[in-house]
Amino acid sequence: MNNRFKTSFLAAPYALWVLICTILPLLYILGYALTSSTGSFTLANLTAIADPVHLKSLWLSIKVAFLTTVICLVIAYPVALILHNLKITNKGFIVFMFILPMWMNFMLRILAWQIILSNNGILNSILSAVGLPTLHILYTKSAVTLGMVYDFLPYMILPIYNALSKINDQVIEAAADLGANWLTTFTKITIPLSKDGIISGIIMVFVPALSSFVVSNLLGGGKVLLIGNVIEQEFTLARNWNLGSGLSIILMIFVILSMSIMNKVDDSENGGMLV
Amino acid sequence: MKKKLLSFFSILIFSAAPIISFTGCGSDAEATNTLIVLNYGKYIDADVLKRFQKETGITVKYEEYEQVEDMYAKYKAGSINYDVICTSDYMIETLRKEDELIPIDYSSLPNYKNIDKQIVDASAAFDPTHEYTVPYFYGTVGILYNNQMVDEETVSSWDALWNPDYKNKIVMINSQRDAMMVALEKLGYDINTTDKKQLDEAYDLLCKEKKYVYAYLQDETYECMISEDAAMAVCYSGEAAMGMEYNENLEYTVPKEGGNLWIDSWFVPRTCKHYDAAMKWIDFMCEEEAATTNFEYVWYATPNTKVAAHEDEETLADETVFPTKETLSRCKLYEAYDDETLNYTTNLWKKLKAY
Amino acid sequence: MINVKKGASYFYLGLVFLFLYAPILVLIVLSFNNSMSRTVWGGFTFKWYLNLTSNDDIMAALGTTIRITLSSSILATILGTSAAIGIHYMKKRHAAIMLGATNIPLLNADIVTGISLMLLFTRFTPLGEFSVVLAHIAFSVPYVIFNVLPRLQSLSEACYEAAMDLGATPTYAFAKVVWPEIFPGVLSGFLMALTMSLDDFTITYFTKGAGVNTLSTMLYTQLRKGIQPELYALSTILFLLAFVLLLVINFKGEGKKEVAK
Repeated sequence: MNNRFKTSFLAAPYALWVLICTILPLLYILGYALTSSTGSFTLANLTAIADPVHLKSLWLSIKVAFLTTVICLVIAYPVALILHNLKITNKGFIVFMFILPMWMNFMLRILAWQIILSNNGILNSILSAVGLPTLHILYTKSAVTLGMVYDFLPYMILPIYNALSKINDQVIEAAADLGANWLTTFTKITIPLSKDGIISGIIMVFVPALSSFVVSNLLGGGKVLLIGNVIEQEFTLARNWNLGSGLSIILMIFVILSMSIMNKVDDSENGGMLV
Repeated sequence: MKKKLLSFFSILIFSAAPIISFTGCGSDAEATNTLIVLNYGKYIDADVLKRFQKETGITVKYEEYEQVEDMYAKYKAGSINYDVICTSDYMIETLRKEDELIPIDYSSLPNYKNIDKQIVDASAAFDPTHEYTVPYFYGTVGILYNNQMVDEETVSSWDALWNPDYKNKIVMINSQRDAMMVALEKLGYDINTTDKKQLDEAYDLLCKEKKYVYAYLQDETYECMISEDAAMAVCYSGEAAMGMEYNENLEYTVPKEGGNLWIDSWFVPRTCKHYDAAMKWIDFMCEEEAATTNFEYVWYATPNTKVAAHEDEETLADETVFPTKETLSRCKLYEAYDDETLNYTTNLWKKLKAY
Repeated sequence: MINVKKGASYFYLGLVFLFLYAPILVLIVLSFNNSMSRTVWGGFTFKWYLNLTSNDDIMAALGTTIRITLSSSILATILGTSAAIGIHYMKKRHAAIMLGATNIPLLNADIVTGISLMLLFTRFTPLGEFSVVLAHIAFSVPYVIFNVLPRLQSLSEACYEAAMDLGATPTYAFAKVVWPEIFPGVLSGFLMALTMSLDDFTITYFTKGAGVNTLSTMLYTQLRKGIQPELYALSTILFLLAFVLLLVINFKGEGKKEVAK
């Protein structure tokens, strides 16, 4: 026990770091959030979330983030399962293949999506070449959702894959030996045992999707106003740092709430963790 | 294997140490012979920058920004002591009202005589006493259109942007001031109005337009027009000129109701620590050769009267680059909004985007 | 039947990879495009690659990017790994507080983190390259911690105790028992920190000093008037380098494993 206590001091430099580089900046933001532009105390920046425009964009963000999370989960689970079942030795390599795209600058990749999705873009050229009707996707909510799915998919695949690889194969074999068919094994054993991974994945996709603004800037054509865009614009365009801070504090509270709900669902002991 | 990885890792750590100590120093040791310049992205020819450093021996720390608002946020935070900044008219007026500008010593600018008096006079809108600014480039806001998809007659009026025939073929400018200007011109109001009723009307009009708009863009408008994804776009003249270089079907016009004339100028902010070097910089920007090189890189209208001698007939006759007297007579400069109007229009803009 | 299933699996994987790599293919094609516009095909050219090294601005930005990315991700890995070990052995309540604080940078919108760090740094240190390194550590440490912690949690306490019982010093037991187990987590944390740092724009933009340019901030300021095609070329090279490096590391590792067996 004594040893444990001593070892925990390894976190001391980090504790100091958190104090200076996380808590202190947060206090700055809180300071702005609780004052008006003249410097007097106010709660108006927090209650401003009730403004119809802000509510509308928050609701839109929730919808987009939710849809993104669901699509990511639906795409990612089979991928993780297939990767897990691949009886090849270099699994690590395949996992890194999902991180590799991030080595191409993010903004460039989103610009490439513009080229693919635009009215006369690559996708529509292919569609019309094979005689299909063309699609109007770019600068719509669908494009924003697609961009987010693209951006966050690896964050869903990797935790699920990790959770799956922790499952003891013997458990699955035992179930089969006891006469369970594939579907029963899958729903009764594989899914419950990978729940941790699913929940980490959901949080890792939902949270950044909720506050994201770059994807909607580039693929939404200025027509899709997410709460992240509102916050960004308060800091830049409107030069109202107080309101921007207030709204981001609200968004943070909102995110923490939804995370704690997710963690309630997850009854494992390591609550409050993202990965 | 594991052991090897471990040693590899510790090598990485140790090799990082010199890198870290290297980055630690040098950042704050400002020599007297430096100059911190802040300008729009890609708004100068790299050779001009090099030549300035070589000829004056001044080391330039050159910073770029994309949107005026980013610049304002960064400047206001006071994180960097900029010596000389180039930005747009109404932002200069805002900063002037906030008492952020230092007067320019025009007597130390021998090349200042190259600057067109007309543009200097027009600058009075944001620098009435004319003591703070030197014009760098100017241009208009108008409609860039594809003559295969839209005829000239249609785009001679801002009404074109509310034409249902062009649903999803219209690119609107993603800037609250410019978008407001378009709606106000269509309504026949003053583009600098602070009357809330008139602004509300303009807002309603923009809401009506939203269903026809393909996208609100500011930076990539010309790419969208080159690829013929859109039929017409509200954009700056320089952006239009760039698009026309790649697609010969593109043309640019300032509709008959009138538009906006903008002037980007150099000024010296209060944070300036190297005033003499800043003067040398501004003077260098007015120099014949530098202005010509810059013009041929940027392709916006230059206020430098000496540049014309270096350009051919075709360029000088290009009405997109150099607006005609007639066009200019229809265009007005923006005046900075007071805080109340700024908040009011910012809110309208936000409402429009959420609409 | 099994073959059909296998075929379907591969097909599905292929589709997902196509989705992830389609934009990258587009960018690689663009790097050979002989036109300044990204929507016009001006013919095949190699000139952006040849021009690359003579473009001082891009080379300077590349150098800055490498310095910032490497130093911030290495420091973040050291800080994060020791923090994860410390947190793992903490009392539960303390650990929960630490983890809560660790989540904060992940919850905030980038622009809020960027501006708040800028406000902080302006008070205490002049902005420069160093401030960007600090900012990058701030947002990448959580990724390291959250990659290392699960490894520690799945670690069997008994092995470590057994090693101690057998007379190993704590350091020796750590190096022989704990470290090999958590190493994959440390490595993936490091890689994630590296990737995040390489990709970040917003936070870098607000915390950088005058004249400091990374590839990301350079790209952003060029959006207005068109991106220099040399940057597509450079991105392609960087991407392919990472790809080849991964291949080499992977197959070398595989080869050794085989021998060991």
